[in-house]
Amino acid sequence: MKTIFYVIQKEFIQVKRNKVMLRMIVMIPIMQMLVLVFAATYDLKNVNIFLVDKDMSSTSRELATKLEASPFFTINNTSFNPDDGENELLRNADDMVLVIPQGFGRDLIRDDKASLQLLVNAIDGQAAQLGYSYAASVIRDFNKNIIAEWKGLPEFKAPFQINTISRFWYNSELDYKWYMAPGVLSLLVTLIGLFLSGMSLVKEKEQGTIEQLNVTPIRKIHFLVGKLIPFVVIALFDLAFGLLIARFVFHLPIVGSLGLVFGFSVLYLLGILGLGLFVSTLADTQQQVMFVTFFFMMIFILMSGIFTSVESMPKWAQFIDEANPVYHFMRIMRMVILKGSGFSDLIHEFVALCILGFTFLSLAVWRYRKTA
Amino acid sequence: MHIFRDPRTMVIIFLLPIVQLLLFGKVINNDLQDSKIGIFDQSHDNTTREITSKLLSSGYFLLGAELLPGDDVEDVFRKGKVKMIVTFGPEFEKSLERDGHADVQLLADASDPNTARILTNYASGIINDYVKKEKLQNIQLPNQINTEVRMLYNEGLKSVYMFVPGIMAMILMLISAMMTSISISREKEMGTMEVLLASPLKPIQIILGKVTPYLLLSFINTLTIILLGVFVFGVPIKGSFIFLMAESFLFILMALSLGILISTVAPNQMVAMFISVLALMLPTILLSGFIFPIKNMPWPLQILSHAMPPRWFIVIIRNIMLKGTGIMFVWKETLILMFMTFVFIALSIKNFKIRLE
Repeated sequence: MKTIFYVIQKEFIQVKRNKVMLRMIVMIPIMQMLVLVFAATYDLKNVNIFLVDKDMSSTSRELATKLEASPFFTINNTSFNPDDGENELLRNADDMVLVIPQGFGRDLIRDDKASLQLLVNAIDGQAAQLGYSYAASVIRDFNKNIIAEWKGLPEFKAPFQINTISRFWYNSELDYKWYMAPGVLSLLVTLIGLFLSGMSLVKEKEQGTIEQLNVTPIRKIHFLVGKLIPFVVIALFDLAFGLLIARFVFHLPIVGSLGLVFGFSVLYLLGILGLGLFVSTLADTQQQVMFVTFFFMMIFILMSGIFTSVESMPKWAQFIDEANPVYHFMRIMRMVILKGSGFSDLIHEFVALCILGFTFLSLAVWRYRKTA
Repeated sequence: MHIFRDPRTMVIIFLLPIVQLLLFGKVINNDLQDSKIGIFDQSHDNTTREITSKLLSSGYFLLGAELLPGDDVEDVFRKGKVKMIVTFGPEFEKSLERDGHADVQLLADASDPNTARILTNYASGIINDYVKKEKLQNIQLPNQINTEVRMLYNEGLKSVYMFVPGIMAMILMLISAMMTSISISREKEMGTMEVLLASPLKPIQIILGKVTPYLLLSFINTLTIILLGVFVFGVPIKGSFIFLMAESFLFILMALSLGILISTVAPNQMVAMFISVLALMLPTILLSGFIFPIKNMPWPLQILSHAMPPRWFIVIIRNIMLKGTGIMFVWKETLILMFMTFVFIALSIKNFKIRLE
């Protein structure tokens, strides 16, 4: 036990002496939480509409006012020529072109129907769809209003009507930051853990101090445990720090139990640190470690569902994700923090993390040899 | 020669674009399909059954759970098995016929707000459609406005259209800027730079010699990405191919000069690596409009994004490939890239000379 304690002490002294490392441990959580969470948003705040009003009737003007009044839409320019509108789309100046054809108001009264054209820049399919659905709902409301006005009914009633009422649980304001914050937190824990453990052993190799450690009577398992514990402590510290930022900057509600969050984090970290140590037993230089971890992290993270939902991935990718620790951890963090899921809801993830952690750790122990 | 001696790096350089493109093309997408929903049908009549089957046959939804009276909705959500629960009240059909209206409740698990919003939109669209087609067949509604929508440049709303230009920018940044900076600072660290400097070569020759292989690699990668994009994912190139190549060349030059600049500033590999990762990779992914649209960000980040070269490059590439525009529409972005290249070269020449003294 005493030897473990000394190794731990040595690691902490090394971290303390390394100014760059210290700065990173403090700066990375701040940077990530503030930049990543704010930057990664699908929230649509503003859609620029180019209006081509060929009708110029009171109805078409009313529609324009209605759109302008909605917080999402800004009408930047108007023209009588649809080609101007398309040019604006090409120039990226506007996102949508609304064409109100000639005789729109008249047709609406005389033929009981009239049409509008909406041209959407759909390169970003997601934003295009969202923008379109907002525009459609404004137009629908406008339609309801004029029917009510013209027919003199308080509100026109179709003979059969099914109202859909949507309720958004756990995040009624649909604040995307709440979704991103737990995701970024799990990213943070992953990166810190993997980076610290991946670098540490290789650094000893590069500097030659590993030889000195190898000739001491310290046992292999003691050495590895002593190496791991400080990193767990540092990563948990960063997690707590990140949680504080999330709580006070984004007002993230933490519904579930903090004990569960930290408990799962320890379990997860053991696996991640094992993976980091394993990579560093394979590599000779820090640069190699960097490249290899960078490559795999990118795949792990992108597949974890941090930006996009895992359900919309193809079946084979979902299958592979079972072996992706980041995926399980991301799920756990989001479920516990946002929904207050308890341990019984997370048995599957718990088992998966245990298996993965055990595999990585045993790989690291197996590969690490005290003899050169 | 150095590059080819390190097989691990070589493999990663050539594998990276392919893996990335496959990932983004096949795996990472926002096209929701087969989302699991729960149905809580307290009425079990023809109408509710028809609506349910309409929802489930739409391709967007799969039945994840059938709730019974007494089941706890919260419990189902906490398990994370379903994303949305569709609730029909008791006597649904009767109240529809008697009172002319009935309510469907869509309870969405908004811990993922984006998915929640899209799913409720889809579901209410399908239900509205059902009412229009099945229930109101013969009734003419007054004063209907019909909105025709045309999704320009990407009719299928495929995510890959958006990602291909972003991946190009990212890979080129990675290879050109990061690899160059690291390789030059490695020479410094190992002391071989002194040897090169002492040789009768001029500084410009040394730099050109260092940079040319990366230029070549970057070009090969650009071609790989474009070919994969076009032939595997069906992304069109509507504009001129030569123009596309010229713009890519400009971007590569910019990235290389940035790489040289970093290497003249950084004392060793580690620092070069950190500057590359922190200053290049993160912003390239996040602040360039690659995944997340820039105009939705808070204004300090929007301002910051103006300084990110990939942002401009992505706009150019999207314009050429997807919209088929010429120089007339992207001259501003092109000029900005040229200006950045010029600044980076000027700065690194200045730094290079100082180091020689």
